[in-house]
Amino acid sequence: MTEHSLQLSSPSQLYQKKRLRDLKEQAIQFLLLLAACSSVATTIAIMWVLISESVGLFQHVSPWEFLTGTEWAPLFEPPAYGILPLVCGTLVTSAVALAVAIPLGTIAALYLTEFASPQLREAVKPILELLAGIPTVVFGYFALLFVTPLLQKVIPDLPGFNMLSPGIVMGIMITPLISSISEDAMRAVPVELREGSYATGATRLQTAWKVVFPAAISGISASYILGISRAVGETMIVAIAAGLQPIMTLNPLESAATITTYIVQVSLGDTPHGTPEYQTIFAAGLTLVIITLIFNIIGYFLSRRYRERY
Amino acid sequence: MTTENLPELRANIDRRKLLSAIFAIVGLLSILVGLIVILALVIQLGIRGVPRLSWQFFTSFPSSNPEEAGILSAWVGSFLVMLVTTAFAVPLGVAAGIYLEEYARKDWLSALIEINVTNLAGVPSIVYGLLALGFFSHVLNLGESILTAGLTLALLILPVVIVTTREALRAIPGSLREAAYAVGASKWQMIQDHVLPYSAGSILTGVIIGLSRAIGETAPLVTIGALTFIAFLPDSPFKAEFPFLSFEWLKAPFTVMPIQMFNWVSRPEPEFQVNAAAAGIVLIAMTLMMNGLAIYLRYRFRKGIKW
Repeated sequence: MTEHSLQLSSPSQLYQKKRLRDLKEQAIQFLLLLAACSSVATTIAIMWVLISESVGLFQHVSPWEFLTGTEWAPLFEPPAYGILPLVCGTLVTSAVALAVAIPLGTIAALYLTEFASPQLREAVKPILELLAGIPTVVFGYFALLFVTPLLQKVIPDLPGFNMLSPGIVMGIMITPLISSISEDAMRAVPVELREGSYATGATRLQTAWKVVFPAAISGISASYILGISRAVGETMIVAIAAGLQPIMTLNPLESAATITTYIVQVSLGDTPHGTPEYQTIFAAGLTLVIITLIFNIIGYFLSRRYRERY
Repeated sequence: MTTENLPELRANIDRRKLLSAIFAIVGLLSILVGLIVILALVIQLGIRGVPRLSWQFFTSFPSSNPEEAGILSAWVGSFLVMLVTTAFAVPLGVAAGIYLEEYARKDWLSALIEINVTNLAGVPSIVYGLLALGFFSHVLNLGESILTAGLTLALLILPVVIVTTREALRAIPGSLREAAYAVGASKWQMIQDHVLPYSAGSILTGVIIGLSRAIGETAPLVTIGALTFIAFLPDSPFKAEFPFLSFEWLKAPFTVMPIQMFNWVSRPEPEFQVNAAAAGIVLIAMTLMMNGLAIYLRYRFRKGIKW
């Protein structure tokens, strides 16, 4: 080390050095704590922005009308502020996405944990990760200019903008999320359960479906719920391929706006700060945050439960 | 068991085995779906977009004439926004990760922070855009600038950086920490000189994954009103006269790759959709290269270090 460590320092010098070091340590710990608190600050800032702007809107519009109105036309005269059409659009696109992602993701996870060789598993993981890494705007392009024309060959009167095609593409995008979380849950099932099942003469499929799947169900359902909250918040795929008209419909073959696409639509226009139109996107954002927050909390507790089980 | 029901039993076993085999094929197919989609996407983009990729495409500003339009302002914008994002997200995220993993006691504060980080990771990206619009743009008066965009994306990827930093630190064995303490190191000296250098590789991997997510994000930047028609470059950060560095570019309006692509996709003219395909190729190449680098780094660091 350095030369002064060779000389004997007097106790008071040593004490001083230690005090200096302790001071520095405390300062660093405080700075690190501040950095960690930035996440709390972000949450507070998000909620503050959303709530304060929404309160402005609710001075013009009653919250009851907002939540139960079946017409969404804030930019027209007279304006209508019922968010149900946007909620319907969000529900339909998310439902289509989950109808694709849940079977695909679950089967893929069961296959990877119970059937596939370790080599295949190692090869597949990066591919699924790449799929999850593709920008959503590219998926939107793909839905509009590849999947929709393909679907139109099967369903001839499908309009160019519809909820089916972005829903399917969104589902494929979410599949890696569902399969990787489900896989972790299935991997956590103790091997004794599998061996017990095989010992009674069960096949791989029976073991996978009747033993591993039920044992990992809380982790698997957590993955579904995280998938739902991802689908509800997805923006660009639907904004590009589902159209922007807020139509109240549950038919996936029609075009409709979702909560997220409405925010995009208003942002693309030039809406002045402080007007009711400007405030509606924050009310829509608040609705979105509350929906995803509920799902995230359920998912968080479900995934904690399965971790502590074995 | 009598011999009479033996054939019946055989048939039962055969049926179950057949079902199992069928499921194996279905499972393989369900994995192939993802692969097929990637292939279809890349081929579709390639067929339409590759002929459009020329020097001119990279060095031209957007234009109302699709043949003259290019992505110069978009890729420069993406690069500058990523610089700002890295400058904020990496120190903040790594510091938060170190605090949570090395310092935090099990009290209500760390529980609160932890739940917060998990929850922020699940907040839809467009909500960060609303935060940027309401807070950075209007309250802090940063406007529709590169700084606003970079800050927004930094907040967006902060949970990713925090979580991967924590995982990286958790992988360092306790014996290393104890050895550092045994020779008289303080806590921070232990972290700075031993834990951080060993976990740097894994942290870097997480940072790259976070940035590759940020570079493809469109929604939060649409809400703050990123312009799609930018026919100029931000002010150069390097100056001929003292102090040689300028931060004027932080305040400049901007566009980025995904927004440029979104703009071209939403136009009805097929010529612009060709441009969108070409921009999509560049965007995918960027994110795949970053993801690939991260996967490679993780593989290398896992192989290289055996505790």
